[in-house]
Amino acid sequence: MQDPMEGRVWTLGKDVDTDGIIGGKYLTIIDPQELKKHVFEIALPEFAQAALPGDIIIADENFGCGSSREHAPQAMKAIGVGAVVADSFARIFFRNAINLGLPAIEAPGVRKIFEAGDTARIELKKGQITNLRTGASVTFPPLPAHLLHLLEVGGLVEKVKDELRQRAAAGPVV
Amino acid sequence: MSGNNGHGQTLAEKILSRASGLDRVVPGQIIEGQVDLAMMHEQGAQTVGPFHEMGAPRVWDPERVVIAIDHWVPASTEGAAVLHRILRKFAAEQHLTHFYDVGNHGICHQILAEDGWVVPGDLAVGTDSHTNMLGAVGAVAAGIGPTEMAAVLALGKLWLKVPPTLNVRVEGRLGKGVVAKDIVLRVLGEVKTTGATYKSVEFSGPTIERLSMPERFTICNMTTEMGAKCGMMPPDATTEEYLRNIAKHPSHPLRADADAAYERQITINVDDMPPMIACPYSPDNVRPLPDVAREHVKVDQVFLGSCTNARIEDLREGAALMRGHKVHADVRFIVSPASTKIYKQALEEGLLQVFTDAGAVFTNSSCSACFGGNMGILAPDEVCASSSNRNFPGRMGPKEARIYLMSPQATVAAAIRGEITDPREFL
Ligand code: SF4
Repeated sequence: MQDPMEGRVWTLGKDVDTDGIIGGKYLTIIDPQELKKHVFEIALPEFAQAALPGDIIIADENFGCGSSREHAPQAMKAIGVGAVVADSFARIFFRNAINLGLPAIEAPGVRKIFEAGDTARIELKKGQITNLRTGASVTFPPLPAHLLHLLEVGGLVEKVKDELRQRAAAGPVV
Repeated sequence: MSGNNGHGQTLAEKILSRASGLDRVVPGQIIEGQVDLAMMHEQGAQTVGPFHEMGAPRVWDPERVVIAIDHWVPASTEGAAVLHRILRKFAAEQHLTHFYDVGNHGICHQILAEDGWVVPGDLAVGTDSHTNMLGAVGAVAAGIGPTEMAAVLALGKLWLKVPPTLNVRVEGRLGKGVVAKDIVLRVLGEVKTTGATYKSVEFSGPTIERLSMPERFTICNMTTEMGAKCGMMPPDATTEEYLRNIAKHPSHPLRADADAAYERQITINVDDMPPMIACPYSPDNVRPLPDVAREHVKVDQVFLGSCTNARIEDLREGAALMRGHKVHADVRFIVSPASTKIYKQALEEGLLQVFTDAGAVFTNSSCSACFGGNMGILAPDEVCASSSNRNFPGRMGPKEARIYLMSPQATVAAAIRGEITDPREFL
């Protein structure tokens, strides 16, 4: 997790459903490298071809609504999305993203201050996102400590690994 | 109405207090909840990798894990076959015996419902967003992602933020031909797809109390479309009766305090409410169905299925309207029961005959046409009338295709007329 981070901006509207991020026909694909070829095929068709590592997605309300498919944040992570910032998120998408170590930042009002192609600077712990072209910025409540921790260690897999290791070191529970 | 300033606890707070071993919890608090039931479907294949990566030697409690394959049954692509294989292998390795494989399969949520896997007071999680449906028994049931499920399988617990609660009180009597699906569509029209994001939706009121369990499942199912973390109903005699012979573990019936602190309360009165319909491209784009029917919206495909509405009661109601009619010549009518048990029941009761005689295709039990990844996919300019729960762009394949959501009865009416039709015309 980089903090602060800067990246080129792609914009999306509200209610981007997980079907729009990765279609139902790709749900049997397990390999993230394969999955990423189809990311945003419906919501942002030119993205998969043109995306660069570190690009930032900026969306309106209720980003990632619909099904619980982890393929959505997984494909975004695989293609190198640095962060996804939205006016608001659907619940499961938000959890999945954080659990995979993809920063998902809820910043009400963010969509309005960006246009596609702008450069965004995100200060995660401070709780601020700035449009480096216009200078406009929006503040947001920083993520709770345990979620920042999850992002820092690289996601839930790493966190549970640690916990299991500690348990093993502590010996059998009686 | 705004929030109630009481100091009591909502149903979700009661259940999460129990799950976390705390006396009381408050919205916004982050807790670790002990999981009573973990369910996986094909997406669970993505759980296996992270589970091993975490270094977990074994699943915390194989008796509390259910695997049901439902999206691609039998496997329709090589990819799906591989997912099934991963799950079978994992189940064998980990001694997960509650595996509903091809031949004993069904939509995961229906399996949990009909075999009593979730009981009052439970904290249940599943790798599918409509896990909310099981809240109808008075439980917190929520969808989680597969990596998160790996952590649950490893540790038997997960972190949760205690949700604020939206109380939806339903009053009044349903007219003839107006059903539970119409209630939840009506609520969606008011709450909208973001109105309950991160929240618990708790239903109450005399209309809810009169509903059967299948009807309650239909309503809680679509709290997912409101963005809710979970949706639930207070357990009562109906719940107890439903679970009497099937409950898989002891229940802990809890109810909200009379002075529970709700973030928001709304009341819906269903007296004189017509059948409702959700128009493209959102489940909250809800209108009275008769208004849409007046526009003579032609349909190419009709789907009576999904975890929302493919229980035996739905098929019975549908068949009752179907009898004596034919499926319209321009329509493909797909009927897919929600589980193998329901399939067999439909066969025994002659419902399969009614539908196939009328010209419908009666498929095996699965998610079927609901999600655009297996069968019943639409062409770009086509229209589908469906008893399922989502109509976002691309849900049944191409993004242009238009899906209308309605009650099972209304799907049959559309199948007969070839256009959106008020089902009450067939009563
Ligand atoms: S029937 Fe549809 S909504 Fe229900 S679990 Fe299957 S795909 Fe999801």
